[in-house]
Parts: sequence; C-alpha cells; structure tokens
Amino acid sequence: MKQLLIGNAAVARGLYEAGVKVVSSYPGTPSTEITEFAAKYDEIYCEWAPNEKVATEVAFGASLAGARSACAMKHVGLNVAADPLFTMSYTGVRAGMVICVADDPAMHSSQNEQDSRHYAIAAKVPMLEPADSAEAYSFAKAAFDLSERFDTPVMMRTCTRIAHCQSIVETGERIDKDLLPYEKQPAKYIMMPGYAKKKHPVVEERTKALSEFAENCEFNKVFYAYNSEIGIITSGTCYQYVKEVFGDSVSVFKIGLINPLPIKSLIDFASRVKRLIVVEELDPIIETHLRNIGLNPEGKNLFSNIGEFSQKDIKKILLDKQEATVCADSVIPNRPPVMCPGCPHRGIYYVLAKLKLTVLGDIGCYTLGATPPLNALDSTLCMGASVSGIHGFNKARGSESEGKTVCVIGDSTFMHSGMTGLVNISYNASNSVVIILDNSITGMTGHQQNPTTGYNIKGDPAAKVNLEKLCNSLGINRVRVVDPYNLEECEKAVKEELKAEEPSVIISRRPCMLLKYVKAKPALKVESDKCRSCKSCMKLGCPAISMKNGKAVIDATQCVGCAVCEQLCHFDAIKEGGEI
Amino acid sequence: MKTVNIMIVGVGGQGSLLASKLLGHLLLSQGYDVKVSEVHGMSQRGGSVVTYVRYGDKVYSPLVSEGEADFIISFEKLEAARHAPMLKAGGQIVVNTQQIDPMPVITGAAEYPQDVLSELESKGVKIDAIDALTLAKQAGSVKAVNIVLMGRLSKYFPFEKEKWIQSIEETVAPKFVEMNKKAFLLGRGE
Repeated sequence: MKQLLIGNAAVARGLYEAGVKVVSSYPGTPSTEITEFAAKYDEIYCEWAPNEKVATEVAFGASLAGARSACAMKHVGLNVAADPLFTMSYTGVRAGMVICVADDPAMHSSQNEQDSRHYAIAAKVPMLEPADSAEAYSFAKAAFDLSERFDTPVMMRTCTRIAHCQSIVETGERIDKDLLPYEKQPAKYIMMPGYAKKKHPVVEERTKALSEFAENCEFNKVFYAYNSEIGIITSGTCYQYVKEVFGDSVSVFKIGLINPLPIKSLIDFASRVKRLIVVEELDPIIETHLRNIGLNPEGKNLFSNIGEFSQKDIKKILLDKQEATVCADSVIPNRPPVMCPGCPHRGIYYVLAKLKLTVLGDIGCYTLGATPPLNALDSTLCMGASVSGIHGFNKARGSESEGKTVCVIGDSTFMHSGMTGLVNISYNASNSVVIILDNSITGMTGHQQNPTTGYNIKGDPAAKVNLEKLCNSLGINRVRVVDPYNLEECEKAVKEELKAEEPSVIISRRPCMLLKYVKAKPALKVESDKCRSCKSCMKLGCPAISMKNGKAVIDATQCVGCAVCEQLCHFDAIKEGGEI
Repeated sequence: MKTVNIMIVGVGGQGSLLASKLLGHLLLSQGYDVKVSEVHGMSQRGGSVVTYVRYGDKVYSPLVSEGEADFIISFEKLEAARHAPMLKAGGQIVVNTQQIDPMPVITGAAEYPQDVLSELESKGVKIDAIDALTLAKQAGSVKAVNIVLMGRLSKYFPFEKEKWIQSIEETVAPKFVEMNKKAFLLGRGE
C-alpha cells in the first residue's frame, strides 16, 4: 500500500515488518516518533525507558534472549548509550538488533550538532543512512539481516530532514520471527578481559568483511551520467539536494552504508570522473575516508561543516546561481520559541528571576526560561547537568554561592540522569537547592509518559515513582512541594530552602497546560481604566499579554486563566471575563 | 510537470501540521510524488514554524529554498513578511491578517511593523489577505484557521472542491469534520 509517511513512521514500519519484538527508547527530537509509531503495533512490545543507556541495554537483553530488538534516540542520546554500544560491538547479537539515531544539523531542537557517524566508526559497527522515507523503511527492515549475518548491532542514522519529512512508502507484510533458542555462551557475552581480548580481533575481522560487503551491497547506488565530468559522492538528505539541482546530469555515488565505506568501488568511481566532489553535512567523514584511500576530492573546501544544507547551497556553490528574491524593507522582529500561556514553569521562574538567583538549568521546555524577559538561567549543558553542576558550583564557591544558587530540572530529565547527581549532593554534602519542575509529562518532545507520570507508552496505568520519597531515599531530608501558580508560596519556599543548612529539594508541581486532561480556565482581561501601565505583568513573558496604546491587554484566544499575572498587578486591574 | 512548491508558515501551535497533512493527503490521492517536511520540538512552542509541501512527477528535496515558493500560506501577518524572500517571481501569498506579537515585541525590544503587507504589494508581490480568525470563529472554533486558509488556497488549484472535502473527511478526527468543512467553504468564500 502506498502511503505518505514521515521518516520516523517509515522506520517503525520497517521494524514491524522485520519481526521486531522489543523496542525501548527515550524520547528526543527528531527521533521520538519512531517509538511512538512502533507502539501502535500490538506485535511489538514498546516502552519509554528512563534514558538511552537503559533503552539500549534493554534492546541488548532482548536480542540476547533471541528476539529482534531496536532502540531509538537523538544524537546526544547516543552519548548516554555509548557505554553499552562500544562493548556490544564486541559481544555481537543473538537476534538482530538496530540502534536508530537521529542527528539534528542546524539544531532545530538540540544543544549541539554532533555527527553520529563518528560513533559508528569509533565503535566499529555498521551504520546505514537512508535518503527518504522509502529507504528509512527498507533499510530498517534490511538492517536486521545485516545484524544477524555479521553478528553485530547495526546503527541507522537519520537527520531532521529524513525523520520529519513525509514521502511515499510502499509497505509490505510483517515476517513473524520465532524467538531463537537461548544458549549460554560465556566467551561471547561475558566481556571480561580474558574473553574480550579474544573478541577484539573478531571485531577487526568483521570490519574487513563488512568493507568487502560494502563494495557491492544493495545500500550503495552508483549512477553514471552521459558525458559528464563531475562525480558527486553523497548520502542521506544531501543526495536529494544534489539530485534536485543536477537531476541526471552528473554522476552520483550514493552511499547508504556509511560505515564501513567501500574502497575499490569508490576508487573506480573516482577514476571515471574528472572532478570528484563530496557533498555531506557536518563533518568530513566521507571526505576523510577518500583521502585515506589516496583520493583527493573537493568537499569541505567548498561546503560548510556547520548547519544543514538545501538545494540552494548546492546551486550557489557548484553552479554559482542564486534565485531572485523580494523582501520587505521593514525590520522583521524575530519570533523565538517561548513558554506557552499557562506554562507552570513561568511562575517559579519569575520568582527565581525576582530573587536574582544563579540558576543552573537543564534540558526541556523549561530551557526557554533563559530568554527575555525572564532571563532566568545561567547554564544549560546536557541531561542532568544542572544537579551535578550545582554541586560543583557550590563546592567551588562555598557559602558565598550556596545561599543564592539553585538548579532546575524537569521530572523526566530528573529520572533520566538527575538522580545520580542528587545522590552526589547528599553523599558529598553540598548545601544545594534542587528544584524539580514536575509538569507530569516529558514536554518538549511532545508529551511522552515517564516513570513519574503513572502511565506507560500505551497510556495504560503503570507504577509511578514518588518523587518526594525517592529524594528522601537518596539522602535528602528537606523535600517540599509548591504550586508554581502560587507566587507567594514559591518565593517563601525558595527563600527558606536557600537559608537551610543542608541540601534540599523543592518540587514545583503542576501538569503541563497542554495536557488533554488539564482544562483551561476562562480567559482573563485587563480593565484598562485601572491599568496604570506599570508593566509588572509584562515581566512574566507571557505571550498572551502585550501593551497596546500604553495599557496592558490580554489576548483571550491565548489566555488560559492561570492567574499568575493577576498576582503581580498592584492595581487590581486583571479580572475574569476575557472575551474571544 | 515542474515541481510545485508550497510553504505553510505561522506561529507554533496554530495548526500547520494539520494543514500539511491535508495537503499531502490530497496530492497523494491525485497521483503525484509528494514530500512534506514538518517541524517538531522546540519551535513548536510559539516560535516561527515552517512546513514545506512539494509535489510533481518526481520530487527530490523536501525543502523549499529562497526564491522557489509558488505559494506561501501564512497563518500570521508578520510570518508572511518574514518568509517573503522564499517566494518566486509571480508567486502568491495567502495570508491570515491576524497579528500575534512575538516576544521581542511584547518586551518592547522590537516593533511590530505596520503595513508590512502593503509594503510587499508595492514591490509586486501578489497578496491575498483574509481574516481567517473571524471566519474560523464563524465555523465554530478559532482552531479552524488552518482549514479556512486551505479553503482559500484551494481556489488557486485545479482540483475539484469535492476532492478537498474528501481529504478533510479522511484526515480530520470525525467529530470535527463538519466544523472543518464549514471552515473550508467559508475560506473559499462559499
């Protein structure tokens, strides 16, 4: 059946048809929907794990048990999963296993634009790279045969423009795979030095065999143009941009198996063209390989290693052509993303900004608290780094910083990798204040359940981690819960905990306003005769409030009646009764 | 045929994903090769969002670059102006006249440019401005702005009205179908 599918849905379909039985992942843009779509198939057991390392190890366990398995993550999630990855390269698999990783060139929703291809090379595992949804589907399916044939986990790399682009896919039927019998094989699966030393040469031999396989494999495609001197080597979404500009007028070596890269067939391709060009986003992985095998292509001397490309870049750089454009003369103000109206993070951030605290931040919607007018954050590094970081910050500056520094971390991020940092705070005794922004969902990635929400990926009731008891158990005696819609309560709690002579946790708890079960209250309005234009309410950075003709106004189509602004109005001008 | 390039632009949360889903569904049913690129994650939170829809005999790139768009459908005035450089010569903008202040305007760090649409018109840009918010309210929900705009866009395409309506029926949740059909027809001016 012909369908229009985003790359992630196509990957999920490929997993399904390959007979996958277990998928475990942690959400991360742009990889999230792989697992969400996989969860729609009853034949696949799917779950949200607390982090990518756990997810990858779950998939490993399932493979060991004889079931085809997969996990999915964003590029930075692969950093977390790197530990099992590198040694799974040694153990290999029992049933096929695929690790899907989605890169984010241009950082549409990420903190860096690292290139996951380095991991495949470093871990010595094969990596596939599809160029559209049809390939995302067929490569995902074929990856399991590759995994079983070469006894290795297989990585599948996509990027935002593959993961979130819909194109046409012709789907097939699921092949049900029986569980392989479990056999105890200590020398294969116990990676202690005695056994691991024997496995390393096996990995090196496997890479040689895969390099040989790469010469004529189904994943790489070569096209020779009639009478063309130009030969382009490319992969993934860049292939589409090259074809968009050149059609069939240049020769193209399209790489689908990005690691290991072939040698003979690339040398052969290079020998048939006069001008050899590599088009690849981010780092010069293909280009470096070509240099290593004695070729001298053009590549990063022409194209940037920063951001993503489009057909425009190819046209401009290789053909020196640009389309004519029109633009307005007026300056167009930026429209950065903002916290939503009624976002529970806004109230607590207002308090932190008002108290002029140093705030170590973390990864999630609440990173948006860094933007004006709240400007409430001092750092954002990676998942969990706020909790570990504040400990180091306070150890370095001692009592001078302890009374005026806090960290903020979301409920899902705390489960992902904040807990270990908190153990460190209690064990190594820093007088730190950790604020858990518990909005009862994994927000930024589009509302995934997590261990604190009480529901699993299918929306069925599940065990619910009690954050208060958890923090107590991790050695924190002072744990309190506040409602971020109540500014007075928040301010009191923050001040008291900063004064306390021991570490503490404040749980700022209110569900995300966008959750279906959270009902908006009637919109508020500003009684303009009472408004004195003091702009106190504007300090919240609520997108529903703006100044019109010198008075504050509330956009009733956006307002959800959280009434945080009402608490800031000194003149009692904000009332119920906003009309759409 | 030459590939047709459509951009759907607006403010995160305005419902551009449904609009692109509807367009993709319709174009697929007409037998075209289609690519639709969506935006997920951070920019969905009130930021400037862009969706590209391309169709033709064979579509390679999922993206539309500067000077290539045949149509820009904008859910908000300022966003139309922001993406005007994407329009090809002779291209058409369909824009909802709603104004949504971005945060730099709210905080006073920047000004919302007035008359930015007439500014573009004076440079020869074809602009079809429509108060989609009012029409959406008439249809029954402010959330139907996306389908009102699809209704207006449909006037520029050779596909039969019934095909559009069939796509609405097949992409929208059943309980919202009637309201969205109404929104679509209001957008068409029917």
